[in-house]
Amino acid sequence: MKNTFLNKKNLTWLILGVAFFFLIQLLIQVGVITPYYRVTMYWICLFAILGVSLNVIIGVTGQFSLGHAGFMSIGAYSAAVVLRSMPNLTGLFIGMAIGALISLFVSMVVAIPTLRLKGDYLAIATLGVGEIIRIVILNMKITNGASGISNIPYLISWPLMFFFVFVSIMFSANFKNSAIGRACISIKEDEIASEAMGINTTKYKVMAFMFGALIASLAGALYATTYYVIKPETFGINNSINILVIVVFGGMGSLTGSAVAAIVLGIINNVFQPLAEWRMIIYALALIVIMIFRPQGLLGTSEASLKTIFSLDTYKNALKGLIDLVTLKKFRVAAASTGKGKQR
Amino acid sequence: MLEFLQQMINGLSIGSIYALIALGYTMVYGIIKLINFAHGDMYMIGAYVGMISVTTFKLPFVLALPATMIVTGVLGVVIERIAYRPLRKSTRVAALITAIGVSFFLQNAVSRIMGAKIYTFPPVLDNRTFMFYGLRFNTQQIAIFVTAILLMILLQVIVKKTKVGRAMRSVAVDQDAAKLMGVNVDRTISLTFAIGSSLAAAAGILVGIYYNTINPLMGFAPGLKAFVAAVFGGIGIIPGAMIGGFAIGLIETMVSGYGSTLYKDAVVYVILILVLIIKPSGLLGKNRKEKV
Repeated sequence: MKNTFLNKKNLTWLILGVAFFFLIQLLIQVGVITPYYRVTMYWICLFAILGVSLNVIIGVTGQFSLGHAGFMSIGAYSAAVVLRSMPNLTGLFIGMAIGALISLFVSMVVAIPTLRLKGDYLAIATLGVGEIIRIVILNMKITNGASGISNIPYLISWPLMFFFVFVSIMFSANFKNSAIGRACISIKEDEIASEAMGINTTKYKVMAFMFGALIASLAGALYATTYYVIKPETFGINNSINILVIVVFGGMGSLTGSAVAAIVLGIINNVFQPLAEWRMIIYALALIVIMIFRPQGLLGTSEASLKTIFSLDTYKNALKGLIDLVTLKKFRVAAASTGKGKQR
Repeated sequence: MLEFLQQMINGLSIGSIYALIALGYTMVYGIIKLINFAHGDMYMIGAYVGMISVTTFKLPFVLALPATMIVTGVLGVVIERIAYRPLRKSTRVAALITAIGVSFFLQNAVSRIMGAKIYTFPPVLDNRTFMFYGLRFNTQQIAIFVTAILLMILLQVIVKKTKVGRAMRSVAVDQDAAKLMGVNVDRTISLTFAIGSSLAAAAGILVGIYYNTINPLMGFAPGLKAFVAAVFGGIGIIPGAMIGGFAIGLIETMVSGYGSTLYKDAVVYVILILVLIIKPSGLLGKNRKEKV
């Protein structure tokens, strides 16, 4: 592949993206996508952004973060506070910029010491960071404490949402496919070996973490203006787990997998609306079952590329994955094949 | 000074509860290197089972405590068998995600079955306050402290003096070698889960008595704090968990006594991050070199 920006592949993606945008826009105009379905659609878009950004940290770089909702809340509160005095799109963008700066700063301060930790320790440390962010927001005046901020102006529209989904997925994909991304992948595979190859592991881990935090704060700002109301408990551990479910379900390391998982879960949530109170139980069981029977998720680490989108094999494999999950077969086989991953 | 001593007393009684929970974390981590995220929820389950055994079955405290410990211990074994055993050979992150799943399942299952409302724990121990050299002592606090200490002594005896304890220690050091020596590794791990869960259940009952209320989400924060305690003392080391538990309890009471109640949780997380950065092996842990 040539190293130019406007090669055939990128152009095709761009055209597909624009076509998708106009298709949905048309459906909204015609009235097929009612405001009711639009809520689901925005949920899908938000969690696709969040899932993809968390996947850059977990799937690509192999650093297990449980504090994603914390960075989301920084973006949400920055946007909400600015929107209070400036209830228009300019205010939203200023709020987003401020939120992005704050979360870049916070994530850098957090990342440099904590990313020295590995695996499960890192998970708990980032969980602690998320909780600290929540407690600080809970006790600040400007964020209105436990009652949160309500009456946030509703500024979201399909073009705006699409723009951010497209941009964040594009940047994440670029991140993964660049030299930085390859360095991150090598860190995930074997940190010591990649250090021996001359990769500055700390630098790349911090970069990936800050990148994920930045995108999460943008998603947080969009969340604030989509749902009118934000409260500190909205961004607790439950939300981090929601995002984690999307990443795990789609496949850790597959950005498109996260996007697909967000779509699937969004539709499932909508269909099973009457069972809303069972949702968290189903999520929890899904996490356990996926880890036992198909730890690589729906797509594993492979990405949906143009070739795979138009090839039958992809759908066959995805279907096989689903069947594996539903039938709960291959109990021992799955356990044995995951044993290949080195244990440390 | 008197105020300080009073805070010490409060801190020690809450710290003994953290220590009980931290023991389960540390034992499970020591034996299979898994952060059992669901451990805090075993403590919540313990509180519910304790409440049911006191209200529905009308058991006195002395019987309710062992009954609850047995029921919760069995549940711990079942969870290990279903959720963790198939993943024993997989990556640690996969096991951690499963543990998060189990934790969420327990929380939500209990709030579906029992309802999300807050239950009042019946007063099974008499609650009298008496003064001693100007210090306020509460009979419940003393009962909690004494029960916790007795359980810890019992645990030490089991681990140090009995055959199963020796099996547990050997599996923690080297699973394969233990297997070669004829130790039933699976059963030893199950037993570790049983003991850890039953200690958490005891902590659950004690907290139910102390704070009077229980709810399905009560396990999350104490679970995390107990984990911090286990890390603080050196994860995998049993005396470390006890010291860590008391230390976290004391720090928390001191912060809410002299500083701000609002930030007492944040302080615990800050301690966690500091410990992990400065001395990840904890107070009693030895530094180990990283090997390829």
